[in-house]
Amino acid sequence: MAPEPTIEQTTEGIPLDSPDSNDRVARRTFIKSVIASGAVASSGGLMLVGLSGCSEDAAPAAGSVERLVTLRVNGRDRPVDVLPNETLAMTLRYKLGLTGTKLSCDRGECGACTVTIDDVAHNSCSTLTHSVRGRAVTTIEGLEQPDGTLHPVQQAMIDELGPQCGFCTPGQIMSGVALLKTNPSPTREEARQAMAGNLCRCGAYDHYLNSIMRAARTT
Amino acid sequence: MSNKDMMPQFALFQPSDIENALELLEKYGENGWLVAGGQDSFDWFKDRAKRPEAVIDLGGIAELTGVRETPDGIEIGAMTTLTEISNNTTIKSQYGLLSEAAGRVASPQIRNAGTIGGNVSQDARCWYYRSGLDCYRAGGNTCYADTPEGMNREHCLFGASRCVAVSPSDTAAAMVALDASMVIRSSAAERVVPAEEFFIGPDVNITRMTVVEAGDILTAIRIPAKWAKAEFYFEKVADRNTWDFPLVNVACSKIVNGGVIEDIRIACAGVECVPKRMTVVEDIVRGSNQDEETAELGGGSASRGASPLNYNHFKIPLMENLVKRAIRGNSSNGTVPVQQ
Repeated sequence: MAPEPTIEQTTEGIPLDSPDSNDRVARRTFIKSVIASGAVASSGGLMLVGLSGCSEDAAPAAGSVERLVTLRVNGRDRPVDVLPNETLAMTLRYKLGLTGTKLSCDRGECGACTVTIDDVAHNSCSTLTHSVRGRAVTTIEGLEQPDGTLHPVQQAMIDELGPQCGFCTPGQIMSGVALLKTNPSPTREEARQAMAGNLCRCGAYDHYLNSIMRAARTT
Repeated sequence: MSNKDMMPQFALFQPSDIENALELLEKYGENGWLVAGGQDSFDWFKDRAKRPEAVIDLGGIAELTGVRETPDGIEIGAMTTLTEISNNTTIKSQYGLLSEAAGRVASPQIRNAGTIGGNVSQDARCWYYRSGLDCYRAGGNTCYADTPEGMNREHCLFGASRCVAVSPSDTAAAMVALDASMVIRSSAAERVVPAEEFFIGPDVNITRMTVVEAGDILTAIRIPAKWAKAEFYFEKVADRNTWDFPLVNVACSKIVNGGVIEDIRIACAGVECVPKRMTVVEDIVRGSNQDEETAELGGGSASRGASPLNYNHFKIPLMENLVKRAIRGNSSNGTVPVQQ
């Protein structure tokens, strides 16, 4: 297999030999470091063959996009090597280590991968990373303040016990954040429509709606 | 089997003007693929059902976006998103049918990325075709849906010709009801095609749903002023209230004066490979009073000529009733059709 010169340079995952890994390795930290080391992460049977195959045989046709790009993610400029056929969900999770964005259906049906691009909710599984150059991407990791204060939607999710299993929650929160940006005091029906692109297998829809309505009241 | 891997490799081009995009289309021919919002394209690529060598992303072409008022109505750039169309004040106040239809497509996230040009150009949703089978539409020599065992609950009532797939678009029906026309550019020329001729059935060409060919770009959609501020009715019936495609939808523009339907255009998607213009219904109700008798007559005639398949007989009363409601009501100003 061809070497992978770029992945390590462009991730912020913690190397395996960092102090974190010495005694108690958090699961999250461990997964991130596996990603950072370029190994194939066995996250739910994901096949990263395409991602690790960033070799020269994929030399782009003349005029095709430049692979080295800088993305604006969560207020920071992140240089990263992006394949032409790479989705934003793949870049965020496996190159930038932002695993809060979940991949579920990978077909734009479930909304688990929702992020905001210039404050508008998008399914990151159905967005080419190259199409967000120069635009502001916000993921679930980018919502809390530097001092750790949660975004009102995040806080409301806790106060209202919004999630059940929690897997779809990052996507639900991002849709709620996008809604309150354009409509700070939605009716319950407006909120229901705005959240309609996010599936929840636990069926916690009403709890999520309670959370969004609470967040609208507290902002 | 994992469904979450990378799309197969392709070269990606992001031209900033139409000329450059046309050059690329010409260069790559059948191996090139135009991406608008990508909400349908990426699924094709992920499923390996389509494997273009070069993908041409139209997202960077500024002249393809936005809504412009013209002397004869409005012109909408093909890359304008469905969310922009459902929120646009001009479209909402004058062509509310289109904003309603655009607002009922898929889910908020898909409407935020999906474009009007992509929505009217989307491919058939027949699951046999989508799963990559070698059906007629895919270049093979059989139809898997129109067989004694075929699951054809969502398939057509009209215009079957080897293929029984339907037009899956909510906005396409609105385009026909608004008498819109499509502006198509190729490197040779620009042509303007009425919506009714833009969509084509399997009898014309079984491998595509519109007149747009390799080398063409749909650049804009024009809506004539004739139907500005007409009475509009849009209704979509689907298995799920979000994300889903219509089983049947109805889009209707009518000009009503003193209780008389002076003029009307009405179209349904989900019943034929093209949005079906209900000319029989139009002829019956035009000039009649807008009342229950007219609605009954019009609705009942909607299914004239329909030939249902094994599992889609339910679409006949569904379509008839939607047409009936469209004749009675006006969804844009909140007038609920009266049930008598």
